Amino acid sequence: MRDDGRVSTAPAPTEVERPDTQDVVIPEVPWVTVVWNDPVNLMSYVSWVFRSYFGHPKSKADKLMLQVHEEGKAVVSDGSREEMERDVEAMHGYGLWATVQKAAG
Amino acid sequence: MLASLAAQVVELLRDGVGGGTGVGDTADAGDPLAVMVGLGADAPLPTPDDPVLARLLPDAYPDDESEAADFRRYTEPGLRDRKVANASAVIASLVEAGADLDAGPAAEPEDPLPVRVDVELDRAGVDAWVRCLTDLRLALGTRLEVADGDEERWAQLPDDEPAKAMHDVYDWLGFIQETLVSTLR
Repeated sequence: MRDDGRVSTAPAPTEVERPDTQDVVIPEVPWVTVVWNDPVNLMSYVSWVFRSYFGHPKSKADKLMLQVHEEGKAVVSDGSREEMERDVEAMHGYGLWATVQKAAG
Repeated sequence: MLASLAAQVVELLRDGVGGGTGVGDTADAGDPLAVMVGLGADAPLPTPDDPVLARLLPDAYPDDESEAADFRRYTEPGLRDRKVANASAVIASLVEAGADLDAGPAAEPEDPLPVRVDVELDRAGVDAWVRCLTDLRLALGTRLEVADGDEERWAQLPDDEPAKAMHDVYDWLGFIQETLVSTLR
């Protein structure tokens, strides 16, 4: 709207309608790291790995470890694909088996 | 024995490097053009054939061969190197502690006293040990085909069965690892 300098006698609108300029967020497809149960690794070791690498407190690390143990697997991190690949590589470095996959839903 | 196992794992990890990235090996899985121009080493890598190697260096994308091969291409050399470094650190710390690497079980059959080796480890050393111990257990466990809840199977084996002896070592390594982990905060 061009301002021609004339004072308008019409009541000024209190709300100026603008097109929605909020950034359109294109959601990055979220990815997750899944750690799988295996018959070799000790529960104490797995829990330590989660504490050591992810910095989780013992309670959270134990919870994730138990989930792996009882349910066969657990999602241990989420983020970009690149981040997940880094996490999986780290898990393999610790001898755990981990995979990258797209987050469900 | 620990040093010998660690050395075997080193051999296994080193062995595959040349072969796994060889032109002939990756001819099927790799980009033919890359192979033609001698970039065999950069070709995507297939899952190792050896089940122990396959467990030490597992697939990150089990349902997508091509993604798995790409991931492997970028991460496998580094993983191999780090695992070899950990195993080497274990061997080195045993040597430093005075372990006689050449003495086998047959060397002193009359000697009833078990050989005691006191190893001193700093934080980095403990880290290398726990990681290496996992690799050793994965190697033995894969060869022995251990499974969850299979204690009965092993308890029933006669003591002179080689697999039983191997499984005892596997258990012993687990004991050492558990002890070490308990010292880590």
